[in-house]
Amino acid sequence: MVSVEDYGNFDTAWCPGCGDFGILKALKKALVDLGRSPNEMLLVSGIGQAGKLPHYLKCNFFNGLHGRTLPPATAAKIVNHELTVMAIAGDGDCYGEGGNHFIHAIRRNPNVTLLVHNNQIYGLTKGQASPTSERGMKTKVNQEGVFNRQLNPLALAISQDCSFVGRGFAGDIKHLTELISKAIEHKGFSLVDILQPCVTFNKLNTFKWYSERVYEMDESEYPLNDRVKAFEKSLEWGERIPLGVLYVNERPVFGDSLDALKSGPLVRKEPKTELVNELIDGFM
Amino acid sequence: MKVDLTIKIGGAAGQGLDTIGSVLSRTLMKCGFFVFGTQYYLSRIRGGHNTFQMRISDESIKAMDEKVDMLVALDRASIEKHLDEMTDGVVIVDMDTVKPQEEHDSLFHVPLLKIAKDTGGNKLYANSVAVGAVMGLMCLDFDVLAEVLSSIFKKKGQEVIDNNIKAARAGYDHARDNYPHGCKFGIEQPEKHHNKMLISGNEAVGLGALAAGLQFISSYPMTPSTGVMNYIAGKANKFGLVFEQAEDEIAALNMVLGASFTGARSMVTTSGGGFCLMVEALGLAGITETPVVIFQAQRPGPATGLPTMTEQGDLLFAIHAAQGEFPRCVLAPGTPQDCFYMTAKAFNIADKYQIPVIVMSDQYLADSLFTCERFDQAKISIERHLLSDEDIKGMQGEYRRYKITSSGISPRALPGQDGVLVGADSDEHDEFGHIDETQENRISMVHKRMNKLELLREEMQVPGVHGPEDAELTLIGWGSTYGPLAESVDTLNGQGHSVNLVHFTHVYPLPAEKIRKLLAGSGKKICVENNRLSQFARLLAAETGIEMYDNVVRYDGLPFTPESIIDALREKGVV
Repeated sequence: MVSVEDYGNFDTAWCPGCGDFGILKALKKALVDLGRSPNEMLLVSGIGQAGKLPHYLKCNFFNGLHGRTLPPATAAKIVNHELTVMAIAGDGDCYGEGGNHFIHAIRRNPNVTLLVHNNQIYGLTKGQASPTSERGMKTKVNQEGVFNRQLNPLALAISQDCSFVGRGFAGDIKHLTELISKAIEHKGFSLVDILQPCVTFNKLNTFKWYSERVYEMDESEYPLNDRVKAFEKSLEWGERIPLGVLYVNERPVFGDSLDALKSGPLVRKEPKTELVNELIDGFM
Repeated sequence: MKVDLTIKIGGAAGQGLDTIGSVLSRTLMKCGFFVFGTQYYLSRIRGGHNTFQMRISDESIKAMDEKVDMLVALDRASIEKHLDEMTDGVVIVDMDTVKPQEEHDSLFHVPLLKIAKDTGGNKLYANSVAVGAVMGLMCLDFDVLAEVLSSIFKKKGQEVIDNNIKAARAGYDHARDNYPHGCKFGIEQPEKHHNKMLISGNEAVGLGALAAGLQFISSYPMTPSTGVMNYIAGKANKFGLVFEQAEDEIAALNMVLGASFTGARSMVTTSGGGFCLMVEALGLAGITETPVVIFQAQRPGPATGLPTMTEQGDLLFAIHAAQGEFPRCVLAPGTPQDCFYMTAKAFNIADKYQIPVIVMSDQYLADSLFTCERFDQAKISIERHLLSDEDIKGMQGEYRRYKITSSGISPRALPGQDGVLVGADSDEHDEFGHIDETQENRISMVHKRMNKLELLREEMQVPGVHGPEDAELTLIGWGSTYGPLAESVDTLNGQGHSVNLVHFTHVYPLPAEKIRKLLAGSGKKICVENNRLSQFARLLAAETGIEMYDNVVRYDGLPFTPESIIDALREKGVV
């Protein structure tokens, strides 16, 4: 039996009251609920406050570069599909610096769960706008307010037929735990965008701001594989913000059709180097 | 040598130069000749002026010659551009379709199109007619050509094979019957090879990677490296390895690092521009100590530069790329044998030292066809340097991925192995891989990583000397220039000069002490490089203090030929 204690307790570099604590707690709880042991977990992260999360629980981790969470996570899953591979990113990390990888991970559909700590601001660099900052939000470097349109990651993901799309809130740990569990159990690329207040730099989207707006959506409102309905739902933002699973589809998963992975993880296979001589003969 | 002939095929992109070139070079190799082939092409799929040039001899040849004996001119531009390269040669031209501007003695009309239509019923067979005509002019045995055509068109079915052979035979007969000077280009067929292969540098790198047990490759196509990616990807299923075409080079190297961290032997292939995008992840490989092989086929930059031509302009970039200091290794093969064995070796170095290893080729080496000794796979060993499950069971205490050791190399376990948790971090980290920004930790981690560079330095191979030990003039080179340099040294010594060659394939880190010893007694030293800034000469001076007497450089996008090297040395007054 796996327990929360198995995942350890670490000092963190997060601000007191940061939404990241809620995400860490929900993640640990989800892993325990699913019976996943630290040894079978690989957490891949980038840079930012979210990127530090893998340091705060016992597991295998690859804390790589800003924006580059998804490529190593994708490949790690291919090399050892017995690992549960999660990518932990922030909004700047995943939707800004790593936007291209996000789009292509959706297309590629690896069996990887992506958690995006979406606080609509840059925390580690102290308060610049992120791709999900609201238009008009004033920051130190956006003194006239943010001009660029706010990115809607869920709508983007659904438009490209992402295999699993959900939204959680760091202030609702119970709901978030269940959502993360569902995402991990889903076979295919799953996006969990997590609204997460930044208590230090985002004075607009506060706990109170989110709490007044978020609501748990009724997941029987429409068939979850109805892409048009899901897209419509993903556009709901402002006075009311839905939480829950917005979209699910069963698409072929990256790696599933590869012969090389059929009888066990690639990492445990002996390469077929004995075939090289045959190739050499072809050049003679 | 009894035979030393150069055949050039010129035409626009899309006219099938590749096919003529590869059929002809394979046929001549099978006849028992040594064949050396190079391509000159422009960055376009149709049109432009491209050539495929091959030199054949009954003895081993290492480079291209500048004079042309036989020219197959598929368009008028080929005649206009290359007639002055002809010695006392012949130009095969279909005057029904290509109208030369003026009469010339060497022009020999072969109605390629008409013969193709008459024999195969389709103009597509014109290229086989041309190959047949070349074989006819050399009065060589037709059967070998028929054999090669059968094997090349095997997948297309018997009808296509038969038509190609008929067309080639008709071209062959036309040349034998109509060429006014008979067997002027008739050459004696040497004994057939037993142990030779005809292979390009890119194919040899691909084979080397497969022989090394490659398990994962992710790349983004970029000329002139794409051939390696294509070659390996085509064999992926058979070898049980995974190839993934990445969305960009940033993703490619980051993917490969994820794969390598999880335990797969992994590589990327790219050219300079793609390598620029990989630089951030190169540093990630450095600080996370993740083994990786990066194949970098250079082309002239900066930016898009000359996409289909050659240069050795990225050496100092490869050595210095990425912020901060970390150990890396740069290997630069000079021959297809080097491409094969050194690519395999690169994986062992990467795994042993847990570092990125860059294998530097260039368009010339990547695309040229060489006749060489059969590769011996038995010479390749796979050394992974990984902790086994048994090793882990016997371990004391918690596993530390970055354990401080006297060598700097930490025992490497993989995520998912029982009894260990494995962490990697792009931040400066402690032994467990967790962020640690203290000065004490920083110093010990820098020592640990840089120790590995010093260990590796001692393992780097020192070049041999080609030519007389006590020569008055020593040529120095690295990477792809080996062939033209070795051949110019041989030619000059044959003419009574005293020259030798010290050619480097292990270019970074350099074992300074051993190199100083090697070059201690040498005379005038001249470094010959395919770039403008004499980058290797600078590196050598920086690492060993050895200064050159002078440098020979070439940066017009073309490779050196032995003639061009000798001319440059004459101009400098050293021979």
